[in-house]
Amino acid sequence: MSLQPTLATANGADAASNETPVFYDNGDHHPQQGTLLGFWLYLMSDCLIFAVLFATYAVLGKSYAAGPSGADLFDLSLVAFNTALLLLSSITYGFAMIGAQNKRKAQVLGWLGVTGLLGLGFLAVEIYEFAHLIHQGAGPQRSAFLSSFFTLVGTHGLHVTFGIIWLVTLMVQVGMHGLIPENRRRLMCLSMFWHFLDVVWIGVFSVVYLMGVVG
Amino acid sequence: MSTESLDLQKLVFGRLGPDAIPHDPIIWATFAMVVLGGSAMLALMTKYRVWGPLWRDWLTSIDHKKIGIMYMILGLVMLLRGFADAIMMRLQQAVAFGDSVGYLPPHHYDQIFTAHGVIMIFFVAMPLITGFMNYLVPLQIGARDVAFPFLNNFSFWMTAGGAVLIMASLFVGEFARTGWLAYPPLSGILASPGVGVDYYIWSLQVAGVGTTLSGINLIATIIKMRAPGMTMMRMPVFTWTSLCANILIVATFPILTATLALLTADRYLGTNFFTNDLGGNPMMYVNLIWIWGHPEVYILVLPAFGIFSEIVAAFSRKRLFGYASMVYATVVITILSYLVWLHHFFTMGSGASVNSFFGITTMIISIPTGAKIFNWLFTMYRGRINFDVPMLWTVGFMVTFVIGGMTGVLLAVPPADFVLHNSLFLVAHFHNVIIGGVLFGLLAGIVFWFPKAFGYKLDPFWGKLSFWFWQIGFFFAFMPLYVLGLMGVTRRMSHFDDPSLQIWFVIAAFGAVLIALGIGAFLVQLVVSYLKRDQLRDLTGDPWDGRSLEWSTSSPPPDYNFAFTPVVHDNDAWYDMKRRGAQRPLSGFKPIHMPKNTGAGIIIAGLSTALGFALIWHMWLVAGLLFLAVVAGSIYHTFNYKRDYYIPAEEVARCEDERTRALAAAQA
Repeated sequence: MSLQPTLATANGADAASNETPVFYDNGDHHPQQGTLLGFWLYLMSDCLIFAVLFATYAVLGKSYAAGPSGADLFDLSLVAFNTALLLLSSITYGFAMIGAQNKRKAQVLGWLGVTGLLGLGFLAVEIYEFAHLIHQGAGPQRSAFLSSFFTLVGTHGLHVTFGIIWLVTLMVQVGMHGLIPENRRRLMCLSMFWHFLDVVWIGVFSVVYLMGVVG
Repeated sequence: MSTESLDLQKLVFGRLGPDAIPHDPIIWATFAMVVLGGSAMLALMTKYRVWGPLWRDWLTSIDHKKIGIMYMILGLVMLLRGFADAIMMRLQQAVAFGDSVGYLPPHHYDQIFTAHGVIMIFFVAMPLITGFMNYLVPLQIGARDVAFPFLNNFSFWMTAGGAVLIMASLFVGEFARTGWLAYPPLSGILASPGVGVDYYIWSLQVAGVGTTLSGINLIATIIKMRAPGMTMMRMPVFTWTSLCANILIVATFPILTATLALLTADRYLGTNFFTNDLGGNPMMYVNLIWIWGHPEVYILVLPAFGIFSEIVAAFSRKRLFGYASMVYATVVITILSYLVWLHHFFTMGSGASVNSFFGITTMIISIPTGAKIFNWLFTMYRGRINFDVPMLWTVGFMVTFVIGGMTGVLLAVPPADFVLHNSLFLVAHFHNVIIGGVLFGLLAGIVFWFPKAFGYKLDPFWGKLSFWFWQIGFFFAFMPLYVLGLMGVTRRMSHFDDPSLQIWFVIAAFGAVLIALGIGAFLVQLVVSYLKRDQLRDLTGDPWDGRSLEWSTSSPPPDYNFAFTPVVHDNDAWYDMKRRGAQRPLSGFKPIHMPKNTGAGIIIAGLSTALGFALIWHMWLVAGLLFLAVVAGSIYHTFNYKRDYYIPAEEVARCEDERTRALAAAQA
């Protein structure tokens, strides 16, 4: 190693230590991986989009314009079933991550598949609910309440849709390359995304459906 | 049969037809100039065979320095467009009195003031600020690139895509006639059925994706990639202000995205968020858009404060006074900027207590800002000040910005705001802080860091000329607007009846002409400096005796920035290294791990821009296909696992030897 560490002049040395300061790294310094932090920041920005939609719902959620209210429209048992599907899918994703920790590719793919199916089930129920409402004449154009309801719930549904597309893509990639570091990082990101959608849904379920039926 | 083909035509072309071309001689002349100039440029580029290198070295580049320069070019080009709008408005208002209606019909004038605001904020100030942050942050923290280099390239092209859409609105269709924030119900489908508001929405949405991603990218870069020894409280002030600005970007741009999406739903799907019918509430939009809009002005001005902090220390030859208080002031401004949005509409009728709260929070912001001004003054105090061009801009900023800040405090008083709301006083105020703060900072920064990026200084004569034209022109152009505002003249008028007002508008127009000369002098400065580049050459990489790490590299820096990562012991890391005689390592180079260029960013952003255009014109079939293409392209890109390569040690050694020779030549 012919690299000369740079030497300080005697009176310029660090006061705190007697060692001469090193001004250049020896070439082995590698910056930290930023992907997980970056993805978490993205999630927080997405969270703000939901914050806007929740705020809009909070302001406009009682503006029925002489139309139907939540109490008239919501079928709580259907939504409870749907909530159960989504919460279960978070647990199954957790099992996939345990598989990834243990480097078991088949286990990862299997649980990802189950997660995807539960997600599809959630979407199917949501689409049924939306179609039913629109059929009843309670579409997003009917009142500000329904505009904000469809937008908030629908935006969550769109996120789940993209989550499923991502999940399928990742299953193909894990199938192709196995559990290499890149793929494990991607699994971790999708995991954060998926649980994030679960947390948002808990907010939707409480604020929109539960409070809607009460109010 | 004929209805079927009609339907197909509608699916493909939507509302786009021959009548989309505006019937206006001014626009035709502009269009002819753009076509002529554009084809001449394309022909020259083909003749000199620059397409290949342009694509390989620039358009697909993931090098933060090149992306930074491309952001700067985008911002400067759009500055010319935005300023053309400005001088057209000044001219109209100077002549349209009494019987004279001026030369711009109201529907055109309304598009011009909307486009001027949107372009200056989103496509001039934002790209220039983002360009600086991209170029400087990795260099200042001793990193080799940003955390997500591909995303950086993609962000730039999304911003450029938004600019393309807004420029397209000039020649195909129209732009919004709503003012730069497009308040409903005016921007709703009933009052604005044309494509203007849709151009507004989609250009901002496309660019907004880029801005948000670039904010995430730079935060991750600053948090994760600092050189060893650079604790948070040893970061250069520009990096600190960039961190805070990017936190604000990530904390506010999603709000803009969501708000515009709701307006889009009202216009495209018939929902009732901001309508006057069926329970909608337009003031909901105004609240939401300003929750983004107020922090936005701090996104712009904080990095400008950072630029001034770097310049004032370098040109006073002193350590920055009150580093810690500067950092705390920045952080306090970051937080407070989120708590003042309602001062943009005190007249909404939210009541005395709400207005008092927001009035007081607004006034409190002037405290940390004032602290910054004192820090800069104390840095200059007893310094050996070198009044080179960057320092002129800095002093000009301090004088101008303080005036703008004080009129801002006036407007923060709700009763005063009830009188001055929507008047030219307000217009004068925000130009006073945005030109005097943001733009002066950007122009100062360009002169300061130009030698770092290109290896030669800018010509000081033309720089000084540009400064004085800008500075004097600014006062001529905007002081009359304060007077007019106090007399009760409202903004956004294309015609006036009272002839006694005319003189003030004429003075303002004269000021705009002086600013035009300032811009001209700046452009001449670029050309003259290029021609005199051998005289102005800087071989040291440190022409101003700088203090932070970017000055420790060659000018321009090598692709990898630092052959060996610097180890930081002090706030002014490079100054400390010089003072204590740090020696540049001359041997023992190792291969350097770097990200690879990719065309994915420009392709996906190009498809997104086309998607925006299709949605503006209701070309549903095309839009559907383009949407699928964007999704498919993004997924395809994720199958590319080979995104990096190593610069061989010999190549590093070759670059560093060249630098050694340049330094020796500079010494001789």
